[in-house]
Amino acid sequence: MNSVLDPALPTANTTTEPRRRSSVYDWLATTEHTAIGRRFIVTALGFFVLGGVLALLMRLQLARPLAHVLGPDRYNQLFTTHGSTMMFLFAVPVMQGLGLYFVPLMVGAKNLAFPRLGSFAFWIYLFGGIFLYVSLLSNTGPDAGWFSYVPLAGPEHSPGKRVDVWAQLITFTELSALSVAVNLIVTTFKHKAPGMSLDRLPIFVWASLVTSFMVVFAMPAVIVASGCLALDRLVGTHFFNPAEGGDALLWQHMFWFFGHPEVYIIFLPGIGMVSEIVVTASRRPLFGYVPVVLANVATAILAFGLWVHHMFATGLPQLGASFFTGASILIAIPTGVQFFCWIATLWGSRPALRVPFGFVLAFFATFLIGGLTGVMLASVPINLQVHDTFFVVAHLHYVLIGGAIFPMFGGITHWYPKLTGRMLSERLGWLACGLVFVGFNLAFFPQHLLGLRGMPRRIYTYLPETGWGFWNLVSTVGAFPLGLGALVFLYNAARSLRSGARAEANPWHAHSLEWALSSPPPPSRDCPVPVASSRYPLWSGELGRVVGLGRDEVLVTRAVDADPDHVVHAPEPTIMPFFTAVCTAVMIIACLFTPWGLPVGVTLISISLFIWFWPTDREPAFDTNHRLRDEANPREVTR
Amino acid sequence: MGPEFAHSALEPSGPLASHILRLFYAYLDVSAVVFTLVIGALGIALGRKRQEVPEGREPSSAMLRSRSRAVTWATAATVLTLIGLLIASVATGHSMALLPPQPPVRIQVISHKWWWEFRYPVSGPATQFRTAYELHIPVNRPVQLELVATDVIHSFWVPSLNGKRDAIPGKHNVLFLYADRPGIHEGQCAEFCGTQHANMRFLVVAETPAQFSAWREHQLGSPPPPTDPVRQRGLEVFMNSRCSSCHAIAGTVAFGTVGPDLSHVGSRTRLAMGTLRNDAAHLSRWIDDPQSDKPGVQMPSTPLPAEDRQALVAYLQGLR
Repeated sequence: MNSVLDPALPTANTTTEPRRRSSVYDWLATTEHTAIGRRFIVTALGFFVLGGVLALLMRLQLARPLAHVLGPDRYNQLFTTHGSTMMFLFAVPVMQGLGLYFVPLMVGAKNLAFPRLGSFAFWIYLFGGIFLYVSLLSNTGPDAGWFSYVPLAGPEHSPGKRVDVWAQLITFTELSALSVAVNLIVTTFKHKAPGMSLDRLPIFVWASLVTSFMVVFAMPAVIVASGCLALDRLVGTHFFNPAEGGDALLWQHMFWFFGHPEVYIIFLPGIGMVSEIVVTASRRPLFGYVPVVLANVATAILAFGLWVHHMFATGLPQLGASFFTGASILIAIPTGVQFFCWIATLWGSRPALRVPFGFVLAFFATFLIGGLTGVMLASVPINLQVHDTFFVVAHLHYVLIGGAIFPMFGGITHWYPKLTGRMLSERLGWLACGLVFVGFNLAFFPQHLLGLRGMPRRIYTYLPETGWGFWNLVSTVGAFPLGLGALVFLYNAARSLRSGARAEANPWHAHSLEWALSSPPPPSRDCPVPVASSRYPLWSGELGRVVGLGRDEVLVTRAVDADPDHVVHAPEPTIMPFFTAVCTAVMIIACLFTPWGLPVGVTLISISLFIWFWPTDREPAFDTNHRLRDEANPREVTR
Repeated sequence: MGPEFAHSALEPSGPLASHILRLFYAYLDVSAVVFTLVIGALGIALGRKRQEVPEGREPSSAMLRSRSRAVTWATAATVLTLIGLLIASVATGHSMALLPPQPPVRIQVISHKWWWEFRYPVSGPATQFRTAYELHIPVNRPVQLELVATDVIHSFWVPSLNGKRDAIPGKHNVLFLYADRPGIHEGQCAEFCGTQHANMRFLVVAETPAQFSAWREHQLGSPPPPTDPVRQRGLEVFMNSRCSSCHAIAGTVAFGTVGPDLSHVGSRTRLAMGTLRNDAAHLSRWIDDPQSDKPGVQMPSTPLPAEDRQALVAYLQGLR
């Protein structure tokens, strides 16, 4: 099919080119979801490298007993920043970035539902990340853990600005994550191409949709929690101070009500990518599309009912604890269903052994181990032994590196042609895959044993008499091939930008709509809007295309059946999201130092929002009936 | 180098940790079987010859039916296995709650940044005595620990005896121990509690009832006053320096409660919550500059003339 809308086709109105401005202005003002998504991905990978460097430093300190690479003060800042970076600045944003780039392409939308909000989300995320690392470099890095338990993180036991930095980082992150989540939800529901009904959405889009809903429901808990913490610290309230009637455990409930779903927010998009890669490699429709979708939804719902398994050691009544054991064990069922469906899809399909599938194989082995140790952690008696030990460190890295990073590497390799128009080097891809897989297992498997043999988490040193030295050394040795493998992957990605083979539109013979577009896709206003006629539109023959839509017009469809509803104008690029993000960052950071930061910041933000939302003289949304046609089938697209 | 004391969940010395270990091995066995089955199935799936189906089309309906059956059975097996594991877990929790019906020994565990204090209630004029670092318990008797936190959250964990329990400000938690043989067990704070979380260890010394009673009697008494001139000088240094404002020694006027009770410090295996061996050289170094071995510790350095320091060390070492 044609990959670019034919310019000769008549369009109803508004074909004026946007005003030309300087390239810097354009760069800051862009509302292209491809540019925003790419920025998210690249920035997140940058933070991934920084977080990895912190991890290597910690491994060096732990390589042998009583080492002096880092003191306790520095070590505590590093492990806090490592955790916060990997959770807030890498894992969530990289998945959301891939969602921003690919969800519109996969559902056949021209752009995001709220392109300017997408731009705002990126800038606020970038400023938050820079803020954290400037703090760390100026020896003000947060040091009370990425979980910031009170009273340790309270004003009495953590004076200074370090924990405030953490609380404000949360503010940056939640603003960004919520903006993206709302954007992806509305894009998926209202900007699908005609025919792309809910039961035809690619699994990755489903995963991204479910994840976005989880963000919407999980973030408020941590917003309230970090807000109360900030008030305790800056204003002198006593939400978490038991001496004044507050409750230290309240923090843990609110934090883990967010924190546990956060894990699923990170790996559900990952296993969505696994589904896409499995389908592509096996050249078969996914076996059990509906069960897999329902498994995603079930995981999302259950994820909110098991936060207490992070708190078994706090001394809960046994009956209550058993309830959460049951819920935590239950969540293995939907994940198991997905495993079985992947295996059934692959059964007798002789999948093509390309690099993305290599990462999927690495995912299978490691994520399965993480899931099984997760079942162990659900059991109260076992949990009380291994909780807060290196066993849990091993478990969570098996889940997160296994469930999110391997699929992410696979997903980036899979989609690299669509991201850049080039192919990644297969040789370097396999090298990275092998190094990461071997290094990862060498680094983390021994930690299970260390935990069982009494090694707690978050200790900066240990005595030779503990006998932990050998496996810690092995773990440190393994961390280096793991880091090297990640660098090889990134080097491959950087090098292939110039030297990679040029990619055709659909190099993998994949099934979903993004592969109908050129690699990389055209600018959003030139993107054709397809008409999807099946769940695997590129495998089922002719793809329809909407005719009669103006370049600056966006088709809005109905949420479930994706019938055309109305047409709206695409918002113009503007620098206001960037400017608003600057004002917001100024407010968030100024609040650390003076209460005046709040009124001044709110004023600045209000002014910029006024300019951002000032009405233009463009026509409002109008009905679509009788104007749009499907090119392939000469009938109206509308009902 | 092997561990000096029992410090592993894999080598239990009592019914509580044994129950947990048995449950853990059950889960481990099931996990190994599941892992083998899933990876095996994946291997077979990949190894089979390609069933000729046009690209992108569903396999035949017979093939789909057999796959549906397989996935359904696998899911059912998963559900049953998980229910079995859940029952095993709850049953283990239940049997752990059933300790022999003897009156427990009650001990209060006070967690501080970054040291452990143990208070033994006694009858008589003194209502309790205090120790630090070493928790002595009798074997074959339940021990009920009341966990108290004075500053931040800590977590009391002796892997070879039982799972862990947090000590939380504003909340009273209880943990039972039960040792079925004499032995020394290493424990450590498991909840991140700040700068010196890593050096917040303790020992649990499980003794025969006779040894335990003797130890208790001994702890109740005051250490004998020093007789030789060097140790007498040491006592003087202790009283006239900043030491006595934070530490207590029974039988003297030092009754500070900020730091560990030193009445029997000479008898402890280690210093500074297990950070240093308890010998003259380390004790001297610790008094002179605690920050070098335990940076961030609350104890300030106490620079003393060499002679005074030696006298102080001799005095403290004699407190047995």
